[in-house]
Amino acid sequence: MMTPANEAALAEIVAGAQTALRIQGGGTRAIGAPSDATVLSTSALSGVTLYEPGALTIVAGAGTPIAEIEATLAAEGQRLAFEPMDHRGLLGTDGVPTIGGAVAANVSGPRRIQAGACRDSLLGVRFVDGAGRVLKNGGRVMKNVTGYDLVKLMGGSWGTLGVLSEVSLKVQAVSEAVGCVLLHGLDDQQAVKAMSAALGSPSDVSGAAHAPVGVDGTPVTMIRIEGLEASVAYRVEKLTALLADFGAEVVVERDAEKVAAGWSWVRDVALFQGGTGDVWRLSVKPTDGPGVVAAIKQSQPEAQVLYDWGGGLIWVQVSEGSDVRAAVGQGHATLIRAAEATRARVPVFHPEPAALANLSARLRKKFDPRGILNPGLMG
Amino acid sequence: MDMPTPNPEVLAKKARIVARLQEVLPADAVISDEAETRAYECDALTAYRCPPLAAVLPASTEEVVAVLKVCHEEDVPVVPRGAGTSLAGGSMPTADSIILGVARMTEVLETDYENRFIRVQTGRTNLSVSGAVEEDGFFYAPDPSSQLACAIAGNIAMNSGGAHCLKYGVTTNNLMGVTMVTMEGEVFEIGGAHLDAGGLDLLGVICGSEGQLGVVTEATLRILHKPEGARPVLMGFDSNEVAGQCVSDIIKSGILPVAIEFMDRPCIRATEAFAGAGYPDCEALLIVEVEGSDQEIEAQLERILAIARTHNPVELRESTSAEESARIWLGRKSAFGAMGQINDYMCLDGTIPVSQLPYVLRRIGELSKDYGLDVGNVFHAGDGNMHPLILFDANKPGDLERCEAFGADILRLCVEVGGCLTGEHGVGIEKRDLMVDQYAPEDLDIQMAVKDVFDPKWLLNPAKVFPLAASEPRRMAAE
Ligand SMILES: Cc1cc2nc3c(=O)[nH]c(=O)nc-3n(C[C@H](O)[C@H](O)[C@@H](O)COP(=O)(O)OP(=O)(O)OC[C@H]3O[C@@H](n4cnc5c(N)ncnc54)[C@H](O)[C@@H]3O)c2cc1C
Ligand SMILES: Cc1cc2nc3c(=O)[nH]c(=O)nc-3n(C[C@H](O)[C@H](O)[C@H](O)COP(=O)(O)OP(=O)(O)OC[C@H]3O[C@@H](n4cnc5c(N)ncnc54)[C@H](O)[C@@H]3O)c2cc1C
Repeated sequence: MMTPANEAALAEIVAGAQTALRIQGGGTRAIGAPSDATVLSTSALSGVTLYEPGALTIVAGAGTPIAEIEATLAAEGQRLAFEPMDHRGLLGTDGVPTIGGAVAANVSGPRRIQAGACRDSLLGVRFVDGAGRVLKNGGRVMKNVTGYDLVKLMGGSWGTLGVLSEVSLKVQAVSEAVGCVLLHGLDDQQAVKAMSAALGSPSDVSGAAHAPVGVDGTPVTMIRIEGLEASVAYRVEKLTALLADFGAEVVVERDAEKVAAGWSWVRDVALFQGGTGDVWRLSVKPTDGPGVVAAIKQSQPEAQVLYDWGGGLIWVQVSEGSDVRAAVGQGHATLIRAAEATRARVPVFHPEPAALANLSARLRKKFDPRGILNPGLMG
Repeated sequence: MDMPTPNPEVLAKKARIVARLQEVLPADAVISDEAETRAYECDALTAYRCPPLAAVLPASTEEVVAVLKVCHEEDVPVVPRGAGTSLAGGSMPTADSIILGVARMTEVLETDYENRFIRVQTGRTNLSVSGAVEEDGFFYAPDPSSQLACAIAGNIAMNSGGAHCLKYGVTTNNLMGVTMVTMEGEVFEIGGAHLDAGGLDLLGVICGSEGQLGVVTEATLRILHKPEGARPVLMGFDSNEVAGQCVSDIIKSGILPVAIEFMDRPCIRATEAFAGAGYPDCEALLIVEVEGSDQEIEAQLERILAIARTHNPVELRESTSAEESARIWLGRKSAFGAMGQINDYMCLDGTIPVSQLPYVLRRIGELSKDYGLDVGNVFHAGDGNMHPLILFDANKPGDLERCEAFGADILRLCVEVGGCLTGEHGVGIEKRDLMVDQYAPEDLDIQMAVKDVFDPKWLLNPAKVFPLAASEPRRMAAE
């Protein structure tokens, strides 16, 4: 394993690399097909280099632990808006998740539906491309249309276009109050309708999830509100009235710790932690969700699911080695947890239409002409 | 402004190109008469003009494909055009180019409230997207001041922002999918009603690519339910520093207003003379707007006003009615018109870290004296996106050049303090040659490499965004 101490050393390593490199933040396991590439760790590119709470911006080395970023922000009453999940429980691993890893994977949690994805918070990047050049795009200001937006392109490129050395992010204030409206007993279809109604109201919902089998074994639908105390109190009441039509038992939770625990449970997919079987992550049109799940259950009656993002994000746990992609119409499915043999056989990322795949491949070739950065991971 | 020499071979075969375009489009969709092509000689950067070889107005994705195939075969440059409101010369033609206007593509294709999106043809104006869902209580959030005229096509190409983007984000944060035709005539569906890309985030790079990667014909846009209400407050301060500090304190307090607008004294005086909104005569003025139900608005304003009071404002004006709210916004909304009343103006849009606001305003004041040109500042303070308006006289020889040099100095200053050349208007031709101040040659090279992939022959809007010297080898290789 190589662990460059700074950006210049990183560039030197990439420029001089004779074989493929597997880029690693804090991950403890390879993503995608197993590979014997040399591991290049970004863990030493660590530390917050600039933080301006009054401008809602933070700049940090890509190898900075997410926990360190979150602690720095918390000290000023701020946080990452996109609520990145902690995959360790789900994957049974124990690395130290880094901000570069979250950006490279565009990891976004429940608040994605309101505050945007990780890529929407990303203001600028510095990275080393496959030829070993140190490059930058974007910056540290909130609005920037100077040249092409390669910031978005680098976010979610899984280390296949370059090794991130530094990222700058927009942050947000921790809300003063929080509340959660819980509906008990809805089936998937009704739940998505209820979530759509909440998200389509002026209530500025910051989370909408549905577990057909909740912690107590019955269905629960969760709608989260965050803001000033006066707002939360008002909107919780409004939503309760709005959702009364669905005929479910409605419970309002105003205890901040309990609400936080509930949403961590959703965010980190606690339902499947320690479970057996493969885990897939689907992104679909919300109202398509129940149909997609029904299609999966035709061949996998034991499949378990968790809906987030108002129904648009579906976590599915199925028996080992099964491929759920046929059930997804418009949208995509990522294989998150599976045995090596499955990952060697089933592509992690959703295969793209040929023309799009070709375009992406040609892009990768420009950024990584020798094909040495996480080769084979994205196609 | 330098533009590449028109390709004589293209000019020579105008008749054939026009004939071939007429074969694939209805007769009235091809404009080649010299008197009529003049309508397309510039966008809102009116200092630079050049009529195109011809203009076409396709009505569907299929017609766009047909046009691009012809142009690709004939090696004719194509300049996509929405409504032509670009302030950066983004849709200015060259003499050897075809203007591809999407003005006839204005249909709403699908409205889906349950999944909260609308799909439209991209010639539809920004305001009429909101208009299509307004009766049902919804809106499309990005709201450039030009929203009555500008098209979604241009918004996507420039990644346009608006007064309310502090809360709702800019175009890229509200764009879910596009149908795009490449110069070779290949149609791509990217993104859609689901969130986030399965593969590389191509949607992210298409948005803001200034018409250089493909022609966007349809778009899926996120829509939101309108808030119950909104209310502004007006605050006057006796120095820019104090106003800047107040902005920073509001943001730090954890309240996120939907808008924080800033005007300095020259701009306040000009708008007062023009619109008579009753603004106080002070150094700096802030308009802060919050949204929500009445209770929510009260709760937010209470906090905001408490913060403002700690900065000894010379004026604090709360609105108690829709009329008063309108009056508070009146001056801000007429600021550009007011400055235009005094003289010709050039509008810049560099962005700076909010903490640098007082320093940058002071430096602009000094530069204004050096250049002998007046400047007024009105801008989105919450996100540091400045809009200095430099006044000059277009009829006075040398004034435009002096104004441009002044503008370039301001933009370099923005970059120097950690900001950027453009926050929402785009590079176009206007800031093309300043790109070297923000980016190293290899940073520009990797961007141009992206264009190589989408448009290998460099035919789409080729003379924009990159300094001509930097893009020359690629443009030449293509010819
Ligand atoms: C299929 C799949 C499998 C996953 N497996 C794991 C796992 O085993 N362990 C785990 O902790 N998380 C895993 N994740 C989750 C995700 O990668 C992490 O949550 C990540 O966001 C946390 O950061 P990390 O430092 O652990 O990233 P890593 O897991 O080390 O890396 C995530 C991805 O980003 C790339 N990457 C990391 N840092 C950089 C950088 N600086 N520049 C460019 N690319 C970079 C890696 O090559 C990899 O493709 C997985 C996600 C998916 C979709
Ligand atoms: C008074 C005034 C106020 C303004 N206020 C704001 C503001 O508040 N915020 C802001 O961000 N901007 C503002 N602008 C700038 C301008 O309105 C925006 O840049 C707008 O998005 C341009 O849209 P358009 O349809 O007029 O595009 P055009 O000017 O026609 O074109 C702009 C760019 O888009 C490309 N393009 C056009 N159509 C397509 C297509 N179909 N596919 C691919 N590329 C295409 C063009 O080639 C060009 O590069 C303002 C302009 C004026 C005149």
